[in-house]
Amino acid sequence: MMTDKKPILRVTNITKSFGDITILKSVSIELAKGDIKILIGPSGGGKSTLLQCINCLVLPDSGEIELDNKRIHFTRKQDIYRLRQQVGMIFQDFNLFDHLTALDNITVALRKVKKMSKKEAEKRARLELKQVGLDDKEDLYPAQLSGGQKQRVAIARALAMDPKILLLDEPTSALDPTLIGEVISVIKELAIKGMTMIMATHQISLIHNLADEILFMEDGRIVEQGPPGALLAAGNTSKSQGFCDLLDKLSEVEE
Amino acid sequence: MELSPFYQDLFTSLNSGLLMSIALIVPSAMGGVLIGITAGAIRTYGNRFFRTIIDCYAAVFRGTPLVIQLFVLYFGLPNIGIYLTPYLAAVVGFTLCSGAYQSEYVRGALLSIKSGQYLGAQALGFTTFQTIVWIILPQAFRRAIHGCGNEIIYLIKYSSLAFIVTCIELTGAGKTVATEYFRFTEVFGIIGLYYLALVSLAIIILKKIEHRLFIPGFGHH
Repeated sequence: MMTDKKPILRVTNITKSFGDITILKSVSIELAKGDIKILIGPSGGGKSTLLQCINCLVLPDSGEIELDNKRIHFTRKQDIYRLRQQVGMIFQDFNLFDHLTALDNITVALRKVKKMSKKEAEKRARLELKQVGLDDKEDLYPAQLSGGQKQRVAIARALAMDPKILLLDEPTSALDPTLIGEVISVIKELAIKGMTMIMATHQISLIHNLADEILFMEDGRIVEQGPPGALLAAGNTSKSQGFCDLLDKLSEVEE
Repeated sequence: MELSPFYQDLFTSLNSGLLMSIALIVPSAMGGVLIGITAGAIRTYGNRFFRTIIDCYAAVFRGTPLVIQLFVLYFGLPNIGIYLTPYLAAVVGFTLCSGAYQSEYVRGALLSIKSGQYLGAQALGFTTFQTIVWIILPQAFRRAIHGCGNEIIYLIKYSSLAFIVTCIELTGAGKTVATEYFRFTEVFGIIGLYYLALVSLAIIILKKIEHRLFIPGFGHH
């Protein structure tokens, strides 16, 4: 299914160390338009660092990133700003701008980075807020929003930039169990619309329903990868299977 | 009711001194805040070269008495051919001194902003400069505003040092009258009340600014 598509993002042999500790050991990922790849694995395995390396929030020590067949030079700031405008990022703890309303959280990037006029930016921002079901909350500040609402504003903010790819770093992990549902449904809608995504998550319903491919990361490497149908098939002894069984049991306990 | 010649003299002098004080305080306070924000941002985010320069500036102006700074500006600079009027010497001295203190409040506030704010902006493609100007500074300023206001209140009172470089403001004007009539207690008591009124006015203005800048999530309301 994916082999006939040209990759829009190619990450090759990325390594990253902090001091003596090597977090990423030669990790490679290819992503074609519409792909949804889900990173799972124990914490400390390098999922977050990998996502942050992909949009250069953390600069890789070595390796290559190509976006639309154009190589990103890590030393060229212009390259990095261009990459980030096309690769959106959703954080575990939202990182909404605390001093701006929901609407202005979205317009500020459109105006300062995309140089849109105020009117144009507000029009676009309202459209995106409507998409995530928050058109009645545009004047509220982050402190006045619930966690689920904050994450939906963060998603609207990222989408307003028209990213080619969205990186999601455990988008539901900081949320109350009762608020996870609203964020999951927004992410599922994105998937239906064909958004290309790499997501680190432990949300079993996202893994089962959305993943085209599961990447199991452990100790700085992708140790297993494959479609969920194969990796999570009954009786399979893959690490992913074991891990998801564990998640299943945990969610049963919660219920 | 006619005031006695002493009080007529006193209030005429004090009122013109008050105008001079205000003319010293307002530009020094605004200049101090501007320098404080710029210097604070450079001391936090600047490259090593600029950081070192601005750190030295802050160390010198926070580390030496204001009186000495004023003496150097007014009596020292003519040695290298720079002549400042008493008013200008005082304003320059107050602005630089106030800016050095303000930079410390701003720096503390900048450092208190969570790194997620920076990451969030970077991830959207903001340059470092845009991130600081549009995301970090507006938040930091709201955190710094109480300290900055405090520094302005100090400034109102240390503006009395202007009379040392012969700029006749509130304290200087009062002192002349006090010496003439030899009535120190009354004169300095009244000068004190003038300063109290100035500071109270400043507090009201600062509260108004705080109120205008209030955003849910930044301090209590």
